[in-house]
Amino acid sequence: MHNDLITRVAGCVAATQHIAVERIRVESTFEELGIDSLDGINILFALENEFAIQIPDNAAQQVKTIGELAEGVHQLILAQHSDGGTTAKGVTT
Amino acid sequence: MRRVAVTGIGVVSALGVGRERFWDALCAGRSGIRPMESVDRSLFRFSQGAEVQGYDPLAFFDPKTADLLDRFAQFAVVAMREAVADGGLDLPVLNKARTAIVTGCCVGGQATEDEGFVELYTKKSGRVHPMTIPRIMANAGASRISVETGIRGPVYTVSTACSSSNHAIGQAFHMVRHGVVDMALAGGSEAIFSTGFLKAWEALRVVSPDTCRPFSRDRKGMILGEGGAILILEPLEAARSRGANVYGEIVGFGMGSDAYHITQPSVEGPAAAMQLALEDGGVAPESIGYINAHGTGTATNDAVETRAIRQVFGAHAGRLVVSSTKSMHGHALGAAGALEAAATLLALQRGILPPTANYNEADPECDLDVAPNQARQKQVEFAVSNSFAFGGLNAVLAFRAMS
Repeated sequence: MHNDLITRVAGCVAATQHIAVERIRVESTFEELGIDSLDGINILFALENEFAIQIPDNAAQQVKTIGELAEGVHQLILAQHSDGGTTAKGVTT
Repeated sequence: MRRVAVTGIGVVSALGVGRERFWDALCAGRSGIRPMESVDRSLFRFSQGAEVQGYDPLAFFDPKTADLLDRFAQFAVVAMREAVADGGLDLPVLNKARTAIVTGCCVGGQATEDEGFVELYTKKSGRVHPMTIPRIMANAGASRISVETGIRGPVYTVSTACSSSNHAIGQAFHMVRHGVVDMALAGGSEAIFSTGFLKAWEALRVVSPDTCRPFSRDRKGMILGEGGAILILEPLEAARSRGANVYGEIVGFGMGSDAYHITQPSVEGPAAAMQLALEDGGVAPESIGYINAHGTGTATNDAVETRAIRQVFGAHAGRLVVSSTKSMHGHALGAAGALEAAATLLALQRGILPPTANYNEADPECDLDVAPNQARQKQVEFAVSNSFAFGGLNAVLAFRAMS
């Protein structure tokens, strides 16, 4: 993963949550950042826009940290942008 | 205070047009959840819905009236006609100033709104159809029922998301009980199969990719539905004196708010509403034999509802039957409470408890007797029907069978 990708993921989280991007670290957990399930849905929506990907409904259920979220996005980009998205099965962490 | 009887029931649902089709399917555990037909399924991550398939407006309305009414308002009127006929109401002699109409509806004329705005935004028509506003308004069904029947007492529509119909029936019940009116037509209707609105549900990530499996460990979410149901409420004494068929009594209504979260439910709010419904009806928790659950089939709702039921009923929770008929008629949002009140009353009248369909596997977090897949032959005296809405608004009705 590139730092650029993590920065963009953090940017989506910061914008959606209305928090300073400086608060967000790779190891930050959603719980620490006060992100609940409804916030999570907002964040997934922002990430879909930012990276032009489709995130399956239950893909992020096991994701707990910003680093895991970025890794999941990375995997979806690889899967969906290389073959048009036909093999994307979900986020692997 | 007057005792309040239900003397007529009309239903439109994914199980067909008509009360008996609804009941036959519920008893058979037959689900009305099928591939959606009114929208392009390829646009969605889910494909199933509980639509009123094959519904033809012109079978019920002349063309001009059909043009005036969105599908949701038509469902209210069609259900009303069945309820009025079933209740044997003599409209010409009905005291119309002393009769109420209270309906529940969450979102009004979604399909009309969608079509109108597509014309405006994408086809650049520069205008929308002049009937858009009268078709969209959530009270269109109640107002049309008023026009058609001549009823001119309190007529209004309650919009509290998934609790709308229970709030509507509960308020109508209180009006009849306290003598504000002598009769009420109460229930609700909804028709939500429009691309824009379904996309909004998709974005919430709570709709199941297969079907609705309430309380089952492998449940994956809710299935959206549509339809309507109307009940005739009148004082028990009046019903008896005119020799009306009585399905059962409404004995209690409890409502309250979680004051917690816009989408996440609490245990305390639903528990308090159930408690209040029991207290309002003077019913001991141990008397309840059946609960028609809110039972949406989402991971969160079903586990939280189970905890709330255990909190209210204690050890008795293990002895009562709890089922979610949403597994068959889908989640009709603002009409859900009306469909489920109809199911509960029919269960009390006929001594059969409808099952939770599509059930596969026990979940320790939902450890109640949910009547998996098979209706239960069991006469119970008291039952409860739960509705819990987004926004934390809870409304619970308590019913009693006629002996």
